Amino acid sequence: MTDTALDIRASAGSQARAEALTGPNGPKPRPIISPRNIMIYGTLFVVSVYYLLPLYVMIMTSVKGMPEIRMGNIFSPPLEITFQPWVKAWAEACTGLNCEGLSRGFWNSVRITIPSVIVSIAIASVNGYALANWRFKGANIFFTILIFGAFVPYQVMLYPIVILLREAGLYGSLTGLVIVHTIFGMPILTLLFRNYFSSLPEELFKAARVDGAGFWGIYFKIMLPMSLPIFVVAMILQITGIWNDFLFGVVYTRPENYPMTVQLNNIVNSVQGVKEYNVNMAATVLTGLVPLIVYFVSGKLFVRGIAAGAVKG
Amino acid sequence: MKKFAVAATFAAALMGTTAIHATELEVTHWWTSGGEAAAVAEFARAFEEAGYTWIDGAIAGGGGTARPVMISRITGGDPMGATQFNHGRQAEELVEAGLMLDLTEVAEAEGWRDFIHPTSLLDSCTLDGRIYCVPVNIHSWQWLWLSHKAFEDAGVPVPTNWDEFAAAAPALEAAGKIPLAMGNQPWQSSGAFGVLAIAIAGSEAWEAVNIDKNADVAGGEEYARVFEAAAAAREFRKNSNVQDWNQATNMVITGQAGGQIMGDWAQGEFQVAGQVAGEDYSCLPGLGVNEIISTGGDAFYFPKLNDPEKEAAQLALASLMVSPEVQVAFNLKKGSLPIRGDVDLEAANDCMKKGLEILAGGNILPDGNQTLSPDTQGQIEDLMTEFWSSDSISAEDAQRRYAAIIAQAD
Amino acid sequence: MDRAGRPNQLFRNLNAKIASIPMVLTAVVIFTGATLWTVVYSFTNSRLLPRLEFVGFDQYERLWSSSRWIVSIQNIMIYGTLSLTFSLVIGFVLAAFLDQKVRFENTFRTIFLYPFALSFIVTGLVWQWILNPEFGIQSVVRSWGWENFVFDPLYNQSLVLYGLLIAGLWQGTGLVMCLMLAGLRGIDEEIWKASRVDGIPVWKTYLFIIIPMMRPVFITTLVLIASGIVRLYDLVVAQTSGGPGIASEVPAKYVYDSLFLRQNLAQGFAGSTMMLLTVLIVLIPWAYLEFGGKKRD
Repeated sequence: MTDTALDIRASAGSQARAEALTGPNGPKPRPIISPRNIMIYGTLFVVSVYYLLPLYVMIMTSVKGMPEIRMGNIFSPPLEITFQPWVKAWAEACTGLNCEGLSRGFWNSVRITIPSVIVSIAIASVNGYALANWRFKGANIFFTILIFGAFVPYQVMLYPIVILLREAGLYGSLTGLVIVHTIFGMPILTLLFRNYFSSLPEELFKAARVDGAGFWGIYFKIMLPMSLPIFVVAMILQITGIWNDFLFGVVYTRPENYPMTVQLNNIVNSVQGVKEYNVNMAATVLTGLVPLIVYFVSGKLFVRGIAAGAVKG
Repeated sequence: MKKFAVAATFAAALMGTTAIHATELEVTHWWTSGGEAAAVAEFARAFEEAGYTWIDGAIAGGGGTARPVMISRITGGDPMGATQFNHGRQAEELVEAGLMLDLTEVAEAEGWRDFIHPTSLLDSCTLDGRIYCVPVNIHSWQWLWLSHKAFEDAGVPVPTNWDEFAAAAPALEAAGKIPLAMGNQPWQSSGAFGVLAIAIAGSEAWEAVNIDKNADVAGGEEYARVFEAAAAAREFRKNSNVQDWNQATNMVITGQAGGQIMGDWAQGEFQVAGQVAGEDYSCLPGLGVNEIISTGGDAFYFPKLNDPEKEAAQLALASLMVSPEVQVAFNLKKGSLPIRGDVDLEAANDCMKKGLEILAGGNILPDGNQTLSPDTQGQIEDLMTEFWSSDSISAEDAQRRYAAIIAQAD
Repeated sequence: MDRAGRPNQLFRNLNAKIASIPMVLTAVVIFTGATLWTVVYSFTNSRLLPRLEFVGFDQYERLWSSSRWIVSIQNIMIYGTLSLTFSLVIGFVLAAFLDQKVRFENTFRTIFLYPFALSFIVTGLVWQWILNPEFGIQSVVRSWGWENFVFDPLYNQSLVLYGLLIAGLWQGTGLVMCLMLAGLRGIDEEIWKASRVDGIPVWKTYLFIIIPMMRPVFITTLVLIASGIVRLYDLVVAQTSGGPGIASEVPAKYVYDSLFLRQNLAQGFAGSTMMLLTVLIVLIPWAYLEFGGKKRD
């Protein structure tokens, strides 16, 4: 699967070459209207409907008024568009006496995500670099443990980490949560970086050694400039991953630091009187917005990232 | 954190309710429904009027979601200023571990033991002779709430006891109503079972099972009748596809459902909806069979903060919570009974008055929370959730498993 | 460098070792230490707070006599099998379709993958809404004239797992498709040419030549999906809360509830140890072959 690695490097240089390299390999195309094409496009179209339906329903529901929701069906477009549910979800929805809506959760998520992404990527990239280029005795043992760790159910470590954080005086703080995200992001990110750095030509590294460059010198002067794409990929993975986290947010923070996902679950589950489905859906869309934007903006890089991180091994 | 505190103080100063350097106390609770939020606002108001700052830490999703957060924060070394638990054994180990503030001095100085009624409430807060919590209200589970509209639509009179209700169920169904509304959360299933147990098996059998943990009684004849009744009720609730208790209550309010077995906190929802007891809805304590109520409820615990200023605020909040004015204001909104025998609830409605009478008459039992450990309660909840939601487990099977849980209970 | 005579083992690559401290700490303290701690305490009778009073296998006995745990295990097996099968099949078929030089490939790919960017909480809530019998698909179909149409998987004990599956697949198959597509693109063009020259039908080429060649991709995907399945938690919490009854309970939820809700730490530890054991038995040999076996020289 070296192609994928090639891919990423190529894309840094010339987009056109990358296209050439990743062109479809399937059988030659045939005339536009053929049974085969009808089947292919038909299937793809039907599947697309299944994938798009929830997004459509979410948005439609969020701009309808409650009476319309009760009368109409969830697939019909709104007769009257209202943004009131959005306003309410963002700024007014209540959990107990706190009627600040999701906005607080949004800013908490921002304050959690940014340092977590930076710290976890910084540490993992250095780890990956040390593993790929500076193999020292025992390094692989730790790496294997780390990879095993990626598959250990979080539940196993949930409670001991509560104790560790308490002993460190970090329980409930944002710092504590950043550490937790760094720890649990480490296996996949280290793997990602190790594989990427391994795929770079070793001559580069050797030449730099001969020139007398040290560990950090090579990292900052040679490796970093060459690995912008993989950093972007790692960022995309981490931003979406951390933004979407629920379990750690609920276990390791206190209510005033709750990330958006936890607050969303709180708002949807704290019913005062009648369930306001439109507000719930607006809140859901709002929570999904950040990773969706990241996804749509990054586009191909996102795809390459998960492909590179997972396929290569 | 600091920014948050500054902002809070600033906001408080702007509103002019408190002094600028008010000590703030974070209070966590799981009161998030309309009636509940209105009630907790009474505490917040009184506390702020006394010159402190109340930081509300509401956690939605019921006690089941909230308690883990509270406990892990306390054991995790990040305690809040005060926190809600149910009366009873939920915080037992926290107290044993020395994490909770000892309130004995305040309690003795103010003579809590003299006015808190029934005294079992205070006993539940007591460990080795020291008092660690403030009971704030009495909640009883043993109520059947009935929608007058639903029964009118079905053309049958509003029942006055469980047997009549069971007899009227087919008529309700024929009229397109759900006879019994019940949310799908585990605590609701096990709560409803507890109510049926007291009403049908009687208080002696209930005490034998829940206090003495007598597995023979749990597997015996009285309880067999309870399980049969529950199996019948299971049919009545079949189509109530809601999750939260207040959504189920809402079905009763709107007349979609005939009735609901729910604690007296449902009262608050009827009140918020502007309904009048005796006109729009009725309530039957003890299901109209056995007029006994249990005296569970909520209590506040104060984790140790090792900060004298905060500690003073904690003690102030503790004594505020039992003061007569706050008790009345809070309990009227909450729909629960006050913990003081000496306050006047003129404003109470029909249903609350019924409760007060039973309370004064002494027909009371402790709540399951006070007698069983959370672990045992959890096992019972699992069993009841399974039982109430699926026909595949018969009344006999359920009873056998129930007896096994009781046999192991601690 | 070698002035001291023999190079000191400890100080060779010193910077690399320093830089690896966070990794070593994570591997040793968290992944190993914390895991062992949990296993050890699963043999105690810890309740709200951990304490070392050993009770042998009592917690495990109770675990396996609890019907909720049994149901959880059954659920995760059914869900896991279905989820693995369907995501691999759907993912591969979609990837193969997209690999046919289709127009709008990017658009289709974007559509299939976007749910992967959303959290399980969002996924669960959306599907809860769509599957809501009062307002969702059931009511829409009924309003079209099929008055007796019933489609309420989230309120039906025997169907609820499929309700979860619909949501889970929606969120996850895009990723599988992407991995498969990358795998397909890694196949040498010559293979296709050769198979065309030999007149082998396309489906046969896929089944007997391409798929065996993509073995590593399949294994990686399998491991990724499987480790996600064992952890399944958020989706259940948001979509069904384990209901109706206990029909959609999963092991991760049992563990969380025991640890933080039932105040029975040791029971939760026992449950998580069982989860760990499953992972060790099922996943680690594969992961080892994939990652540990291929040392670069």
